[in-house]
Amino acid sequence: MGYIAHYGYTDGSGDWYISIDTELCNGCGECVTACPVGLLQLVEDEYNPLSDELKASVKPEHRKTIKYDCGPCKPVTDRPPLPCVEACKPGAISHSW
Amino acid sequence: MITDRMGWGEKRVEGKEYWRWTEYNWRNPDIDPKEADTLTAGVDVGSVSTQAVIMTDGKLFAYANMRTGFDSPDSARKAMDWALENTGLTLDDIHYCVGTGYGRVNVPFAQRTITEIACHARGANYIYGPTVRTVLDMGGQDCKVIRCDEKGQVTAFLMNDKCAAGTGRGMEVFADLLSVPIEEMGAMSLEVDEEPPMVSSTCVVFAKSEAVGLLRLGWPKAKVLAAYHAAMAHQVANLLRRLGMEEDFAITGGISKNIGIVARLKRELDVEPLTTDYDPQIAGAIGAALFARALLLRQRRAE
Repeated sequence: MGYIAHYGYTDGSGDWYISIDTELCNGCGECVTACPVGLLQLVEDEYNPLSDELKASVKPEHRKTIKYDCGPCKPVTDRPPLPCVEACKPGAISHSW
Repeated sequence: MITDRMGWGEKRVEGKEYWRWTEYNWRNPDIDPKEADTLTAGVDVGSVSTQAVIMTDGKLFAYANMRTGFDSPDSARKAMDWALENTGLTLDDIHYCVGTGYGRVNVPFAQRTITEIACHARGANYIYGPTVRTVLDMGGQDCKVIRCDEKGQVTAFLMNDKCAAGTGRGMEVFADLLSVPIEEMGAMSLEVDEEPPMVSSTCVVFAKSEAVGLLRLGWPKAKVLAAYHAAMAHQVANLLRRLGMEEDFAITGGISKNIGIVARLKRELDVEPLTTDYDPQIAGAIGAALFARALLLRQRRAE
């Protein structure tokens, strides 16, 4: 059974969430190496403690700053595809902004 | 000792801490823990309160709810000792203990830590029954919306962990500002004939200065509280709308005991939250104790 994990926060300037669909995430770890800031990690399934699978998640130290941490991949104009989204073959990663 | 008079015709008691809520423990006298096959515990060390729950064969046996001090391992131990008080048990009798919550890495006697999101979903499933699909956990310092299935397994979650708006800490600040005991705030906020406009900012610091301004304009305390409660309920309702709301809906955490927030959430979202005889503040610790039982049984099978 998978679930959708939203990592991030809402503040006065908007919604800043990275969402990982763990139904789709296969724990391959491609996103972890693709992210230039290194804010993703593979961990034991935190939200389903009785399962042994590994899932991608946002590192705890980045969860309150992702608006800024993801900034380098999100220029205002001419935005290329996001490395993490492109690296994820099952298409499990999405960003709210 | 009564020392001065406040502008609202009420006496302020010197040294009274209006934010301080009552700590308590509880035990089910009908259960004999010595007969239990599994004795498991869950300790939820939150940013404001710490709960320790002891379960016998998956049934609630005893618990304690206390304030988290600055020393999390100490708070965890104290809550656990208080839950064990007069049960005839000691910490060594507990077969498996799971730590959860903000300070979960600081529970020295826990065999395992599990995130509070998984624990609250599991605990809400236990206390509100398997029909719960959306759980709102309003804690001391953050606020989460969790969707779960009939087994209490998380299907989606959203956590606002940037800001203390919409949390117990914000309520404590207002209790102190207005000299209203924290347990009475919700009821007092409903003592208005008409809802005032909500405070424009849910940021606790900004809302506090806005409230001071409203008091200077001559607003009664109940009206200021109504304005703040409405803003808080609105902030939380936005979080619920973002993740999507599926019924049945239930609220856990300390603020589920504030009828001012619950009533406004009901009005704004047009839903009827489930009610329970259990203490909704211990949902996380109950979930942890239930996970502890599952992990213990798995461990026994493997041996």
